[in-house]
Amino acid sequence: MTDISTTVDHAHEQDAHDHGPPKGITRWLFTTNHKDIGTLYLSFSFLMLFVGGFMALIIRTELFEPGKVLLNPQFFNQMTTMHGLIMVFGVIMPAMAGLANWMIPMMIGAPDMALPRLNNWSFWLLPFAFAMLSSTLFMSGGAPAFGWTFYAPLSTTYGPPSTDFFIFSIHMMGASSILAALNIVVTIFNMRAPGMKMMNMPIFVWGWLTTAFLLLAVMPVLAGCVTMMLMDRHFHTSFFNAAGGGDPLLFQHVFWFFGHPEVYILILPGFGIISDIIPTFSRKPLFGYHAMVYATVGIAIVGFLVWMHHMFTTGAPLAAQLFFMYVTMLVAVPTGIKVFNWVATLYKGSITFETPMLFALGFIVMFTFGGFSGLMLSLAPADYQYRDSYFVVAHFHYVLVSGSLFTIIAAVYYWLPKWTGRMYSEKLGQWHFWLTTIGMNVTFMPMHFLGLAGMPRRIPDYAIQFTDFNQICTVGAFIFGFSQLIFLYIVLKACLGKGKHDAMDRVWEGAKGLEWTLPSPVPYHTFVTPPNATTLQTESHAVF
Amino acid sequence: MPSFDQEKKTAKKNNRRLIIWLVCGVLFMFGFSYMLVPLYRLVCQQEGINGGSVRAATEVDAGMQVDRSRVIKVTFSTQLHNGIAFRFMPLQHSILIHPGERKLVYFYAENQTGRGITVQAIPSITPVDAARYLKKTECFCFTQQYFYNHEKADMPVYFFIEPSIAKDIKEVTLSYTLFDASGYLKKDQAHFTHGRIEI
Repeated sequence: MTDISTTVDHAHEQDAHDHGPPKGITRWLFTTNHKDIGTLYLSFSFLMLFVGGFMALIIRTELFEPGKVLLNPQFFNQMTTMHGLIMVFGVIMPAMAGLANWMIPMMIGAPDMALPRLNNWSFWLLPFAFAMLSSTLFMSGGAPAFGWTFYAPLSTTYGPPSTDFFIFSIHMMGASSILAALNIVVTIFNMRAPGMKMMNMPIFVWGWLTTAFLLLAVMPVLAGCVTMMLMDRHFHTSFFNAAGGGDPLLFQHVFWFFGHPEVYILILPGFGIISDIIPTFSRKPLFGYHAMVYATVGIAIVGFLVWMHHMFTTGAPLAAQLFFMYVTMLVAVPTGIKVFNWVATLYKGSITFETPMLFALGFIVMFTFGGFSGLMLSLAPADYQYRDSYFVVAHFHYVLVSGSLFTIIAAVYYWLPKWTGRMYSEKLGQWHFWLTTIGMNVTFMPMHFLGLAGMPRRIPDYAIQFTDFNQICTVGAFIFGFSQLIFLYIVLKACLGKGKHDAMDRVWEGAKGLEWTLPSPVPYHTFVTPPNATTLQTESHAVF
Repeated sequence: MPSFDQEKKTAKKNNRRLIIWLVCGVLFMFGFSYMLVPLYRLVCQQEGINGGSVRAATEVDAGMQVDRSRVIKVTFSTQLHNGIAFRFMPLQHSILIHPGERKLVYFYAENQTGRGITVQAIPSITPVDAARYLKKTECFCFTQQYFYNHEKADMPVYFFIEPSIAKDIKEVTLSYTLFDASGYLKKDQAHFTHGRIEI
């Protein structure tokens, strides 16, 4: 992880008082600098993206033809489980946390995060958690094979011995997320530059503030959930075991009480990123800043009241099904406000199509698409057909890949020149975008039809009439997977390349925000003295 | 610079106050996840869903009228959890019952595990909309049941269907799954054999 060290080594060129970072591995082990920790988070997430992506390709290879291609079914199940866990907890969440660490202090004019030592710890819990989780692949009995939702009794009565390692790794990554969220809330509340009001903050900061509260509220519930599992497995309790008076259905309630807010945790910071990028490349202020803030908070609140839409077919009473159906549809209102505001920002703007903008526009189109398939799923009667089919797989990959992941990639392109001082190659960036978008749609679009035709998810084998579409999916997956190597090359070249620092301070002419007032690459220490009132005024989203 | 130190001190104090609040929130939510357990039970019992009404005895409402104009077919089925070595089956495959009428049926169980064992039967009723109207005054599933090696018994279920059940429900299935409850012995119920007919 020392690979990014050059990015900030040039700090002392900019500022004679700046002592710069220490050398060697200890810099990364003991760092309390928000930029270093952000870099660590992002590097870790990038590594995990390739691990989880490799598993996805194994899954798609197995599904290239009906019958056995590569794997036995047990290992296939391990792959789907680990792929889901790694992508959710190891890629999207750390990447968002990395962006928060890098950008929030710079966006609110703070010298660092409020609790720098805690920050170090919250990152370093992660590599250990995931080392532990990955080690289960080599244990006798294999890795967890019950899906990333680890429903009881699959995970309690029938889970492999390695399930206990899984439980403790969930505890560790939960602790990491809670500490990061704690730090972010304290930073945003207490470290804003004098004169910066809550309603002047960039939407990315608002998105993360809301996300941090969601994390603080639901990660403890996840911790409680896996603790109950542990007790059921080893301490003769019966939370989820009917033999002792428990109820397996209770597991689904506890899990989805965490699980649904979790999906907003994965996307709300991304909404913030898009709300920063769209105005920059439209050269217009963000349309409806206040509405955006209220919509973000609104989504978070409603997110607590919809968990049972994951459980329509578990025998819930009609009244409950109706309630959760209508509230789920209600989520489309604040989300719709956001989409309309982005489009309204584009309206009559002078738009240019640099790579971050391409990813942002791709996000708007494809995320909305995923949102609509979500609306279809929210209809309880229709859900009886769609549930547990490839339609669901298609839906959540549209909102997570072309949703969360696209926003992260857009953010990296958007701020990479600011971080490293080097412009990426626009030509390569465009190649990356088009290959990714084509690969993504070729992979996941056919899955809608597979699901509607009745192909169940999480099955290594399928009926022969599904073969053609599965082969299209697999080809798309390989295009998608390998085009990420372009992204890897672009990022490594910007971080480690010997090219001169050609990025301007304001990188993008239409960009507004405190981070663009800093030199490129960003010095190791920034805003040791807070920005002055005039800068705040001219860079604020709410007023410009 | 005293003012700078002062500023730092207040900043620290502000941070600490906020951290304490947030940590309390986190601890509360951890506790809340455990609170979901009794909360879930309470809601199920209040609403009579998810077996809440069939796992405990109900009193028969004295004013309950038998609705002779309707007949509902109740089918019985049994399952063994994790393949425990038991014979377990209803003595009748199905019966016809009027809403409001009380019926007594028996389930046969035989322990073939080769040892004494405590079992627990868990009921399940389909369709879901019928579940809350099927009530029992007596059932072998209310308690754990102890079976000696090779013991056989007929076990009673005394039940009725409330007349307020929806008119379109013509058939109901009452299913029991037999669990090995050895790991979850209830002290006040150990070796419980009450209410059944030894064979």
